[in-house]
Amino acid sequence: MKTSLLASDARTKKRNAAEARFKAYGLSAIVVAMLALAILLTSVLTNGLSSFQQTFIALPVELSAERVDKQGNRDPAEMAKTTTIGYAPLLRDAIVAEVERQGLTTEMSDKDLGDMISKEAAATVRNRVLANPDLVGETVTFDLLAAGRIDGYFKGRVTLESAALDGNTSPEALMIAQELADAGVIETKFNWNFFTAPDASVQRPEAAGLGVAILGSLYMMLVVLFLALPIGVASSIYLEEFAPKNRITDIIEVNISNLAAVPSIVYGILGLAIFINFMEFNQSSPLVGGLVLTLMTLPTIIISTRAALKSVPPSIRDAALGVGASKMQSVFHHVLPLAAPGILTGTIIGLAQALGETAPLLLIGMVAFVREYPAAYTPEAGLFGEASTALPVQVFNWTQRSDPAFVERASGAIITLLVFLLIMNAVAIYLRRRFERRW
Amino acid sequence: MEDMVHVDRAMSTEQDIKISAKGVQVHYADTHAIRDVDVDIDDKTVTAFIGPSGCGKSTFLRCINRMNDTIDIARVTGDIRIDGEDIYDPKVDPVQLRAKVGMVFQKPNPFPKSIYDNVAYGPKIHGLARNKADLDEIVEKSLRKAALWDEAKDRLTAPGTGLSGGQQQRLCIARAIATAPEVLLMDEPCSALDPIATAQVEELIDELRRSFSVVIVTHSMQQAARVSQKTAFFHLGNLVEYDDTDKIFTNPQDPRTESYISGRIG
Amino acid sequence: MQSLTTPLLLIFALAVIGYFLAKSRALHVAGGDIRTLVSLPNQHALNTALSTIVPPAAAVLLFALYARLTGGEPNWFFSLVILGLGVTGCALSLIGIKTDSRARTYAERWILGLLIFASSIAILTTIGIVFSMLFETFNFFGQYDWRDFFFSLSWSPNFRGNSDLGIIPLLWGTLYVSFIALLFAVPIGLFAAIYLSEYAGPRLRSIAKPAIEVLAGIPTIVYGLFALITVGPLLRDVFAEPMGLGQSASSVMTAGLVMGIMLIPFVSSLSDDIINAVPQAMRDGSLGLGATPSETIRQVVIPAALPGIVGAVLLAASRAIGETMIVVLGAGAAARLSLNPFEAMTTVTVKIVSQLTGDTDFASPETLVAFALGLTLFVITLGLNVFALYIVRKYREQYE
Repeated sequence: MKTSLLASDARTKKRNAAEARFKAYGLSAIVVAMLALAILLTSVLTNGLSSFQQTFIALPVELSAERVDKQGNRDPAEMAKTTTIGYAPLLRDAIVAEVERQGLTTEMSDKDLGDMISKEAAATVRNRVLANPDLVGETVTFDLLAAGRIDGYFKGRVTLESAALDGNTSPEALMIAQELADAGVIETKFNWNFFTAPDASVQRPEAAGLGVAILGSLYMMLVVLFLALPIGVASSIYLEEFAPKNRITDIIEVNISNLAAVPSIVYGILGLAIFINFMEFNQSSPLVGGLVLTLMTLPTIIISTRAALKSVPPSIRDAALGVGASKMQSVFHHVLPLAAPGILTGTIIGLAQALGETAPLLLIGMVAFVREYPAAYTPEAGLFGEASTALPVQVFNWTQRSDPAFVERASGAIITLLVFLLIMNAVAIYLRRRFERRW
Repeated sequence: MEDMVHVDRAMSTEQDIKISAKGVQVHYADTHAIRDVDVDIDDKTVTAFIGPSGCGKSTFLRCINRMNDTIDIARVTGDIRIDGEDIYDPKVDPVQLRAKVGMVFQKPNPFPKSIYDNVAYGPKIHGLARNKADLDEIVEKSLRKAALWDEAKDRLTAPGTGLSGGQQQRLCIARAIATAPEVLLMDEPCSALDPIATAQVEELIDELRRSFSVVIVTHSMQQAARVSQKTAFFHLGNLVEYDDTDKIFTNPQDPRTESYISGRIG
Repeated sequence: MQSLTTPLLLIFALAVIGYFLAKSRALHVAGGDIRTLVSLPNQHALNTALSTIVPPAAAVLLFALYARLTGGEPNWFFSLVILGLGVTGCALSLIGIKTDSRARTYAERWILGLLIFASSIAILTTIGIVFSMLFETFNFFGQYDWRDFFFSLSWSPNFRGNSDLGIIPLLWGTLYVSFIALLFAVPIGLFAAIYLSEYAGPRLRSIAKPAIEVLAGIPTIVYGLFALITVGPLLRDVFAEPMGLGQSASSVMTAGLVMGIMLIPFVSSLSDDIINAVPQAMRDGSLGLGATPSETIRQVVIPAALPGIVGAVLLAASRAIGETMIVVLGAGAAARLSLNPFEAMTTVTVKIVSQLTGDTDFASPETLVAFALGLTLFVITLGLNVFALYIVRKYREQYE
């Protein structure tokens, strides 16, 4: 049975076809995975990038004294009695006057014209006046937030057709807005408020920002960093360098690898039961959030720290012990510094994981509507004890609201979150590249 | 022992050329592992490749069934022919080639399957058996040829990894000959075995010579002297000397061969 | 808690003072020549500082726990004990400074103690998890029959009481979503891992590997939003409505598909490790017999790696079962026992969130049921993890 190698027989052809098919399956799996990533990112970006832009109306507002300072003594305490409702007519008059000055005609009522300005704008004007009572009586030009629907119109979310069916706006309002935009009165600008302003109520998506959420997430990351890093490193050092190999350390090891796989929501239940119900820490506080995330991140940090310690060759320990250092000295003077880059990388990755975690925070009350910036310390609430929210929870919060403008906000918040994660991971990768040592 | 070797050698001189290599070069990324090797290997003969570690003897062996294809950075040039057919011709399917040129590796590497399935693996993928009875016969024949049948016939369904080292290596040999190859390449087949297992495998190699052209890479000069009729000495990627085994060991032509044989390099 | 802050700050100050006192005293004892000392001045200082601060800190933790358990506030007595401990520790270690005292050994004992304490936090966390849920679960079963919880086919909480709180519809939704997720993630993740480790050239690998890793780093809330605003409406408009299977954007399919995407990197990186653990000799043996690479993978590598792959799939399953945000935003809130994957269903985790974030009375069975759900979830995932980790560990030992 002599066969030539140069001609492939039918069976080999069939087998090679199977080989090609198998390769195609593999390649398509990778394509599907990468495509999923691309679609996911595109979806978030197309929905969310517009939240970094915001529509403003530049209006000269006449701050008449009889409206904002009824006593006429320019005392901020007295002037504060005028609520934002008192300022609304000023803004309404300002836009009506502006429409007339531009020579535009409309059948809209003055009230409807006034509704083109965000309800949040009155508060902005009021705060400016209270901060600077000398403005009373003058006509000052303000950049005022446009109402959500007007903003949506310039971002393509609201159209003339959809406005006709919408109780909150009308095609006429959109047309006037367009003419005001042509005249340069309405402008779309970069939205710094998105990163600094607190959350806003359901009717004012245009004013909603991430200020409180970013602050809350920052506080929690500080708690996690200052608790999880030392505890994680200390427990890794013990387990890796000192612990005798016996049943108890075996149990701890199995326990840690299982903790790493416990669903995050279970940590939320733990936080609710232990930290809030039993220890009576404040609900919604970054302290409790940080503690819960610390317990959640610990296994990750312990596992990566132990890997970093393990990668330091025993010869280094022997060398230190050989010149008469104690075991503790050899670890703290030699092993730990050499393992530091690996530990740091693992910690940053653990922090990034904690930053994006949502489920446990829902259970400890961080979904609450918070408009006040939390202070890092107050005598009543203690350290990080004031109610706050967090970036991923804010996203969840906004997805639960019916106004479609909040979808844009939620996606914008996601982009912000992803940028933070990107930076953290980039730092981790840089550290690994820069300090990685092969023995 | 001495007598037997003489008789064998007399037989081997009449054989045809099975493998013919001309100007073979192998590069691993930047290293030049094989330099310009020419060699003709006879059919129904045991040919031994000897030389110090890193001399390229295993690399050259892996060229003969194109196992170097599986290493991304390896580049083979030159001309290797089996029965006059260029095995690096683009029309040649390495899969078909490897069915014809079997290989046994340094460390016994049975698959984590039963003894039967280990041996039946090659015939199954190449479609050599028409039915179960055929396959049974091939497995039995191969195991008998590999001198493992008596030890394994009662435990064909036991995992191959449960055998002793020497048995595992004979299982791997049975697995290789089950595809009915014409050439059998052996890459230091005894280096992981104890002396008794080594003796069994060496005996087997001598048996196999009746059916195949056997090429064996070995570290041990004694082994080369015991089992082979022809010996090639490699040094630093060059084929230094290739001749009848007794000539290499009694009257080497090249001073490098002499130094190696007498233990000065290696 | 607040009343213990002041003594603790005092102790801290005392530790700092003690550090410097010990240092100078050690130098004084040595008569300026530190070579006469068995332990260095720094080690004496460290020992003093630790002796001052560790016992009071431990006492604070114990007192806080005691106060919580008894319901009282820590009083002046506690403060006195804490201060007393600190001063005693400081004084004893200062008096103990002699040329031949082994301060390094003592300091290292304190440090070792701290290290052991840090390691025990992992254990305490587990105990905390179990007890926090066990306690409230008992409360729940005091108000609601456990047989109804485990065997009732209906879930309809009612804030006026008389709720049906059967876990079966929730478990069904959980398992259905997880099953669909694994149906997507396992083949794609496995094939991607195989292709990357056995076929892909360095160029493709350098692009595809990081891309898949990026998928792993994306928080689940992002996947949840993706399910809510993109995948859900798309599946409804393209499949569910034209086929007459439902009008809901949130569905088992939506959540399952998106969760599948989330699990791809998890499955592929675990499989990658496991496939790479199969020795090259095994592949060479098969290739040397003339098998094609795909025959080698299917008939040699995969069977050899099977236990590890099963372990990886079980770990992925446990992830899927415990996942929360994707199902909260993608699966729906209605408990339902149905086979139609385009219908909204709900899961255990969704109900934990909704029962604990509502405004119901904390002591009512409608709230407490969340703890029973949490405990069930914990037991299921723990069982899967322990089993999976055991398999994977056994598998690795085989090839070491």
